[in-house]
Order: sequence, then structure tokens, then C-alpha cells
Amino acid sequence: MQEVERIMKYVMQILPALLSGTGMTLRIFCWTLVLSLPLGILVAVGELSKFNPLEWLVRFYVWIMRGTPLLLQLIFVFYGLPLIHIVFPRYQAALFAFVLNYAAYFAEIFRGGLQSVPQGQFEAAKVLRLSHWQALQHVIIPQVVKIVLPSIGNEVINLVKDSSLVYVIGLGDLLRAGNVAMARDVTMVPLLLVGLIYLALISLCAFAQRKLEAHFSYYK
Amino acid sequence: MLEIKNLNKSFNGRPILRDLSCQIPTGGILTVVGPSGAGKTTLLRIIAGLETKDSGQLLLNGQAIKQGQIGVVFQDFNLFPNLSVLQNVALAPELVLKKTKDEAQQTAKHLLTQLQMAEYQDQYPYQLSGGQKQRVAIARALAMQPAVLCYDEPTSALDPNLRRAVGDLILGLQKTGLTQLIITHDMAFTQQIDQQVLRIKPLAEE
Repeated sequence: MQEVERIMKYVMQILPALLSGTGMTLRIFCWTLVLSLPLGILVAVGELSKFNPLEWLVRFYVWIMRGTPLLLQLIFVFYGLPLIHIVFPRYQAALFAFVLNYAAYFAEIFRGGLQSVPQGQFEAAKVLRLSHWQALQHVIIPQVVKIVLPSIGNEVINLVKDSSLVYVIGLGDLLRAGNVAMARDVTMVPLLLVGLIYLALISLCAFAQRKLEAHFSYYK
Repeated sequence: MLEIKNLNKSFNGRPILRDLSCQIPTGGILTVVGPSGAGKTTLLRIIAGLETKDSGQLLLNGQAIKQGQIGVVFQDFNLFPNLSVLQNVALAPELVLKKTKDEAQQTAKHLLTQLQMAEYQDQYPYQLSGGQKQRVAIARALAMQPAVLCYDEPTSALDPNLRRAVGDLILGLQKTGLTQLIITHDMAFTQQIDQQVLRIKPLAEE
């Protein structure tokens, strides 16, 4: 009993530091989502563009972002770019790298979604004289959203975990808070707590994903 | 009257349609028959504005065809899966003809009733059989008040016992003064319609 009490007391002691780290993790997570989803849509449209230079530029960007580790990109932005006098503060550097990286993945998902709407849907809209934008708004985009939801959900869950990479550039996120406490107090408890907090965050995301998918299950 | 004059079309130098001419009087039905690869669907797509022509004229009552005068019932119907039956029919009248939502829905309900689909108005396309989807597709096209309605292989997705019903439906629509063009390779069906027939053959490669 005494042992349990001692552990509980220790948990209460380190919890503020862990929660503050969770705050940083959530900030990175939310801002990356808010910025990279719209950017991903723009990039997807660019990839399907019939204007060749734009298409090549966008493909090159996606190639680099998916072809190199996110960790490398983070280090490059924060430690590499200052060598050519482009200096980002830590937090902005992290967001910059995350948004560019995630937008590339989202773009590929949106492109696949757009391409999997049958050509006949566009043609039916055309003979009914719907404008391009009306067709997108009422017919195409609702279908794309349903198609991409499972893949977007996967990426969102990955993002929760990938946000832990920011600790290499010295940002105090959840994982770093746990790591510091473990090294200082020589105990596994902080790591277990960190794991539990990640699990809770991801369970929330998965729950939201299931709700959204259920909302779109009224048709097949 | 729908007139097609000296229509030519080739894909990558391969001729598909050459100097094709025909006429359908207003309220008439033209059945276009021929083996696959003869260019039947290409003809329909050109009339519907989904494909460009190389040369020739498409005239409706002496004037070049404008968008919206031609309605299309696609071979696999291309209903919008995310919209209910009623929404499928009412969407374009509301967005394009600028009807109010109420007006558009009233017209849609009226058409669905005529086509015996009123009880399915709140269902989604995946819940319907092939024949039911086809009637929704016809209602959707008619809601835009086309002068000519084109069907691409209207019997291909149907059970044999439903073929006669479509034929009756098409003949029924003729009484409303609608001009209709049917692409098919179903000879029994062509005999049932029993009106003007245009036979086209694949052009020999040169």
C-alpha cells in the first residue's frame, strides 16, 4: 500500500511537467492539421493541373517530402538553414517542417480520392449544366471526403506520434518531459505515463474518425 | 427537328464516324443500332456535348444545338450516390434553372410520380435496382426540360422482363412530344420501339 501511495505521490509531482509537454504536443498537432490539410488540397489540385511546370514543381515537392525522413527535414530546417542565414525559432521551425511534410502526404491522399470518383460523375454533372464549382461542391467533394476519411484518419494518428520528433530540436513536448523525468529520477513511471497520455490522445482521434465515418455511411 | 449533317469524327487519325447524316422529327424516336465499335456511343457523346466533332453540323429546329437542350440517360445511369433520389432530380433545376428549392422539389416529385418512383424519393441510389435507377436517371434528365433525350444502351443493365417496360416508358414519353434518340444493339428492343432506325457499321481501317 505504501508503495502505491509513494508512486501516486510521484505521479502527481511530475504530472504538471507532462501536461505542459502535452500542451506543446497538441499545439504542434493542431496547427499542423489546420495548415497542412488546406495546403494538401492545393497541392493535389496542382498535381492534377494540366499546366506542366506547376505539375512538375508539385511532383518534385512531394517526391522530396515523402522521400526523406521527417527527422532529417526537421534538423535541416532548424540546424541547416541558419548556415545560409535563414533562421527560424524552434517552434516555427518545427511547424514549418511538419506542415510541409504532412501537406505532401495529404496531397497524395486527396489526389487518389479525386481520381477515384468515376468520370461518369463529372459527365453527368456536365450534361445537367452544373458549373465546375457546383459539380465539385455538391457532387464530387462529398464523395472525395468519404473516400479519403480512412486514410486521413491514419495520417492524423501518425501525426500525434510524429510530433514527438520535435524533441531533437529542443522543444519541450510530451516525450521530452517524460524523458527528462526518467533520467532525473531513474524510474520507468514517467515513460509509462507518457505512453498512457499518447494512448488517450490517439483513442480520441480514433473515436472522432469513427464518428465521422459513421456520418458518411448513409450512402455507398 | 434534330438534324445531323455530314458529321465526321476520328480518334488519333482513325475515322469513327464519316459523313453521318440523319434527321429526327420533333416527337420522333430514332434508334441507332450497330455492333460495338461502330461509333454509336461516340455519336451520342458528340450530340450531348461530351465529345467534340471534327466537322459537320448538329441543328435543332435549324439552329446549332445549345447546351441543355440535350438530356442523357447514361448506360450505367451515373446517378449521384451521395444524394437521395429526390435530390438527384431536384439538384440541377435548383442550381442551374434557378428554381426555388420548393419548386424544384415539386417538379421532381411530379416526375418521380409519373415514373412510378415517388415512394423511393428518400432512398439512395445504392438501394435501388437497375430498372429503378434508370427511371430516376430519366426523371433527372427530364427535370432539365430537354428538347431531345438520348439513351445509351437502355436495356443493357436490365433483366429481360424489364426491357419491355422501358420500351413502353419510351413510347409513353413520345406522347408528350419529346424527341428521343436511342443507342442500342438490342434488336428485339429495336423491334418493340418499331420506329425510324439508323444502322451504323464500323469503318474499315485505312
